[in-house]
Formats: sequence, structure tokens, C-alpha cells
Amino acid sequence: MADIERHTIAVLVDNEPGILARVVGLFSGRGYNIDSLTVAEVDRSNSLSRITVVTSGTPMIIEQIKAQLSRVVPVRKVQDLTDEGPFVERELVLIKMVGKGEARIESLRLADVFRARVVDSTTESFVFEITGSSEKLNAFIGLMEPLGLVEISRTGAVAIARGTSHF
Amino acid sequence: MSAEPISGADIVIKALVDQGVDVVFGYPGGAVLPIYDSLFKQNSLRHVLVRQEGGAVHAAEGYARSTGKVGVVLVTSGPGATNAVTGLTDALMDSVPVICLTGQVPTHLIGNDAFQEADTTGITRPCTKHNYLVRDVNELARVMHEAFYIARSGRPGPVVIDLPKDVLFALGRYAGPEDIQHKSYRPQTRPDPARVEEALKLIAKAERPLVYGGGGIINSGPEACARFAEFVRLIDAPCTLTLMGLGALPASDPHFLGMVGMHGTYEANWAMHDCDVMIAVGSRFDDRVTGRLNAFSPNSKKIHVDIDPSSINKNVRVDVPLVGDCGETLAMLIAGWAEAAPRRADGRAKWWACIEEWRGRDCLRYDRGRKDIIKPQYALERLYALTHEHDPFITTEVGQHQMWAAQFFKFEKPFHWMTSGGLGTMGYGLPAAVGVQVAHPGALVIDIAGEASILMNIQEMSTICQYRLPVKAFILNNQYMGMVRQWQELLHGGRYSESYTAALPDFVKLAEAFGANGRRVTDPAELDDAIRYMIETPGAVILDVAVDEFENCFPMIPSGAAHNEMLLGPEDEARKPVSEEGMVLV
Repeated sequence: MADIERHTIAVLVDNEPGILARVVGLFSGRGYNIDSLTVAEVDRSNSLSRITVVTSGTPMIIEQIKAQLSRVVPVRKVQDLTDEGPFVERELVLIKMVGKGEARIESLRLADVFRARVVDSTTESFVFEITGSSEKLNAFIGLMEPLGLVEISRTGAVAIARGTSHF
Repeated sequence: MSAEPISGADIVIKALVDQGVDVVFGYPGGAVLPIYDSLFKQNSLRHVLVRQEGGAVHAAEGYARSTGKVGVVLVTSGPGATNAVTGLTDALMDSVPVICLTGQVPTHLIGNDAFQEADTTGITRPCTKHNYLVRDVNELARVMHEAFYIARSGRPGPVVIDLPKDVLFALGRYAGPEDIQHKSYRPQTRPDPARVEEALKLIAKAERPLVYGGGGIINSGPEACARFAEFVRLIDAPCTLTLMGLGALPASDPHFLGMVGMHGTYEANWAMHDCDVMIAVGSRFDDRVTGRLNAFSPNSKKIHVDIDPSSINKNVRVDVPLVGDCGETLAMLIAGWAEAAPRRADGRAKWWACIEEWRGRDCLRYDRGRKDIIKPQYALERLYALTHEHDPFITTEVGQHQMWAAQFFKFEKPFHWMTSGGLGTMGYGLPAAVGVQVAHPGALVIDIAGEASILMNIQEMSTICQYRLPVKAFILNNQYMGMVRQWQELLHGGRYSESYTAALPDFVKLAEAFGANGRRVTDPAELDDAIRYMIETPGAVILDVAVDEFENCFPMIPSGAAHNEMLLGPEDEARKPVSEEGMVLV
């Protein structure tokens, strides 16, 4: 069995009804993995959306995933960011902490170290917002867990190539 | 743009006519009544009323595969659409261009579980090349023309257009096909010339080349088929074809080795195993062709011509991918051959000697001596002998009879062989024959059937009789689901769980009940006479041929085995039990 690789793939699609279902259905129907998936409109005048999907599989499967994605009629472009050179990958997380006393203070201190922002606060809770690579966010979440972490909301990764190259 | 707004239903009809459609296969219902009303008021389009929507899609497939044109289906919402799903999946798997218009409840009721509502675009998303739900009548003309373009371009496939009833009543503007262009879908039809050169070098150096052609050649058109034959002769390589590719090279051509794959010939499969350069053209390395993947043609360099990039490296790693249309790619290969061709004259005598030796195994032999019972192979040999001069169109159902038909019927031309390859849909053949006969009214159209398969869509006999279609159903009746029984023998100790049909109808009476003609034959001595009766009778005929109940289909590559491990007959079966990994494969 060949090695499993993790790839971040950007897909530019016509923003039409059912396009997300088409892409997600393709992954489930053919048994591919979705580690994370994000989608939003990026070009209103041309009605284009960008899907960023993080997936894993053998090199042959990754190649298939890209070919299958390209075959979907409303798909304009498929870019394998992992293959095509350096890229920036970011994710945003909202974390809810509940508690009082020393743990609460400690969570605030750590948040400062990680450059997380407080976006909501009561006397017994915080909501932190933090942006970064998935690894950084995982590290932050790991530290917060014993300090009263009760809820997490993550966006999944968005990514873009470094340098002058673009879609 | 037409000046006056017209109804959505009229836009549908106008678009169909402008796309060159002459016939629609369908079944009416509440949600599509406006389209049926528009149909009623015009004379350019014919409608063929099937007896179940599944039959309509197979009929459209038969029409498309025998003409190279897009087949059109019209069904109502809910059950009309869900009944079409099997046919759509079939068309997707075999790359058949079909447009399926489905009715839908009015837009304000969508999502309300209204009467005869189904999430048609949701249900058909994975079984179509593309689908649309039209919510605005002014989008309708564009969607119709785009759908035709998508269905027939690149790798062809089915497209569903879901039409809410209020959109069909609403007034909107019509635009002709010349005004419509899809905003982004442009399949690549011309391969990279550098890759073509690479391929030519490989072919020129090959000592044991093999051409492996598939249905993509036929989809590419008659010209592509002619180029394919030219190419095979030019490079003087043996050639095998897949089930879907039969007819792409005339079967009488000395380069032809017969069909490849699970029930392909000994010579084709051994050539595939032992070749040093494989040239795959419009074929997709399907599991029925490759056998055990890690033993598949281990020593060959592989060139793969396919218009669908996702076919490349899907199952088998290839060395030279040529992404493009078969016809265009073959033209480039032919043009480049003069320069690339080897200068030596010794040719490939050794390779051809090998092939002659394999041919000498006579892998399609069967017990020809039986005078008491009709062997299914004999029935097909006689059918071929007595009909081939009529240039017949053959459709099949799915199972043993289908494989025997592929082995024993020799196809000299493309577009004459309609079978369900990818999906393996029992019940395909009879409705497909409806579509073929509608497209070719004067032709001899024969559904080579099994008694179990034909019962899955036997209601289409009623369609056949309504339109006086002289379709011939040639049933190889062994009273078993023969292929199921064969696998039960191979894998399950001969326990015939539910594979015997205990209460078959009297097919002669059944034919007569529909208004057709029927005859049953049990004696080999009377077979020729019965076949002549079938051909010469002007209308539809069911010929019920009682064949040896226990005959099995050979040669066979059992699941999980390699090409050079094929079974030539029952005597091999006992010696080579199926592996455990093979058991779980289908």
C-alpha cells in the first residue's frame, strides 16, 4: 500500500444550486476522505465560489480526486496547492471557555500568547477567536481543554498559493 | 430571440426540434401535461409511448447507440423520475448521450412533500453527467441547449432537466441553439502532440503490441471507427475489443482476436497478458477486463487514449496518457506513423505465431454433437448464420446469453450492438430494441434475451405492438438465471438459491396476448426453420428457444484470477478453485 498523503485542493466553481452537493457527493460516492471543506462565493460579478478541500489518500487516489473534480460540469479549475508549491493555509476557531478563578485567568494568559482575541465575555465565560494553521489551532485547543473548554466551532482550512501565481 | 413570449412547454418542444430531435420516448403524468399538450399541437416531433419509464430510458439508449444521436426521454415527476433512475445510471456507465426531461411539482410546492414530488435533481445527481432544476422560464431555452451540448460533448452521458409545472405554463423568451454557449465546459479533444510522438516511438519499438479498443471509439463516431481499423492494419498489431467496443473493428479482420475480459477469448486474454506494448483506445480498464489487477499485463508499456482524464490511471497505471477524442488522436497517430514506423521487414512473426497457437485452442468450442438438445451456443451460431446478411441490429439483456451473443455474433460494423455493459441491467434489451427499431424502421432488430431478463421489462411488448415495430425477441430459455446459477456452481457449492424460475409464462401465448407472434422450439433439427419463421414473419416475434439448462459460459476468468489463469471449460473448473479474495469480488 502506497503512503497516504494529505493534500489541500482549491476548486473554483460556478456558484449554482447543488454544486456543493455535487462535490460532497462525489467524495462520499467514490469513498474519498474529506478532512475539511470550506466554501464561499469569491467573485460576485462572475458568480464564482471557491471550495477548499483538505483530503488524504494515496498518490493515485489524489490524482483521481482531482480528475473527478475536474469532470464536474460547473467546476472551472482545480488546483492542488500541496503539489504546486508553497501555500498559506489558515483556519479560524471560536472556542467557548466556562469557569471561574485561576483556570479562567490562565486561559486568558495563554490566549494572549497565541494571539487569540476575546470576542465575547461574561463573568463566567469567554469566547476566543483564533486564526492560524490547523497545527497551531490544535495546540491551542489542547492547552485550553483542561481549563474549562466546553465548545468548539472551526471553519476548516482555507488556503492560497504564495507568490505571484494565481488562479 | 423570438419576439413573442411563449409558454415553457412550447420552449421545450421548440428546443427539441431545433436540436434535431425527431422522436421522444415517454410516459405522461400530471406534472408534464403542459408538454404533452404542446406535443399534441405540433407535427415535427414523434412521441413513443412506453409502458414504464425505465423502458423509455433504455429505448432512448438504444436509439442513441444505434444512431450516434442524443436520445430523448420525457417522464413525469415523482415515480416517473424515480423509475428512470436505472436507465440513467446505465447510460452514465456506458457513456450514452441521453436527455431526460422530468416533470416536477410547481416551484412553490417544492420541498413540501407534494403529491408525486421527489427530489429528482438530488436523486439523479450521482447517476447523471449533469442535471438542472429550471426555476425561471427565461432560463429554459439556455438550459435545454446546454444540456444537449453537455450530453454529447466529451465523454457523453445522461443529463436530466427537472421542469416544475408552473415553469411550463409561464411565458418566456426562446433563444435558439446558435445563441447559446456553455460558459465553461470545453472538453479537451486533442492530445498533447509530444505525447503522441512518445506513443508512436513505443509502438514502433514494440515486438508484441496489442490494441485494446472500447466503446469510446464508437462514441467518437463512424469516422473514428474507420480510423481505428486503419490504424490497426497500419501498425499490423493484433486487436481485441471490449464488450462495448464490438464492431469498432470488423470481426472478420484477421487482426481481430475476439472480445477481451472475463468471458473473452483465450487468444485475446493471453495476448493482453503477454504483450509488451498495449494501446488502449476508448477503453477504461474495467474490472471485467483486467482480472486481478496486480497480475494484469505485467510486462507491457501502456498507452491510453481517452477523452475523460479521470479514466487515466484510475485502475491501471499507464505510461503514455493521450487525453483526447479517439478519432482526432487516431488521426494524429496515423499521420505520424510513416515517420515512426520501424524500417525492418521481419515484422512480428514470432508474436503472430504465438497468437496463432492461442487461436488454435479453439476456446469457444462446445459439444457440437448433441442432436437431442439445443446448445445455446449452437442457437447463436445458427442465428448469426441465418441473419448476418440482413445486417441486423442486436440488443441483449444481461447474463449468459449476453456473453454468448458477444462471443458468437460477429459484428462487422459499429452501431449494431446495443448491450448494457457497465451497469449490467437485466431488462435492457427489449426496450432498447424499441429505440433501435424506431430509429431504423426497415432494419432487422433482434433482442437476444434470457427468459429471466426479458420478464423484467416484458411490458414493452405492448409498446412494440402499438407502433407495429417488427422487433424479434430471441429467448435462450434455460429456466435459470444462468449466470447466477453458474456462479453458484463456481462459488457456492452448487446450491441454487432462488436462481430457478419455477413458474415461467408460456412465451408463445404471451406474445399472442400482446398481439405479436410466438413460437417455441426445442429440437435442434427445427431450429433453422424457427429462425427463418422469426425473420420472415412481418411483425414482432418472440422465439422461445428451449436450450440446455446446464450449459455454462466459457472461457472464463474467475474473479480474482489473472488472464493466464482462465478456465476453458468445466474440466478446468474443478482443478482451479476460486481464491478467497476472488470470492468477495462480484
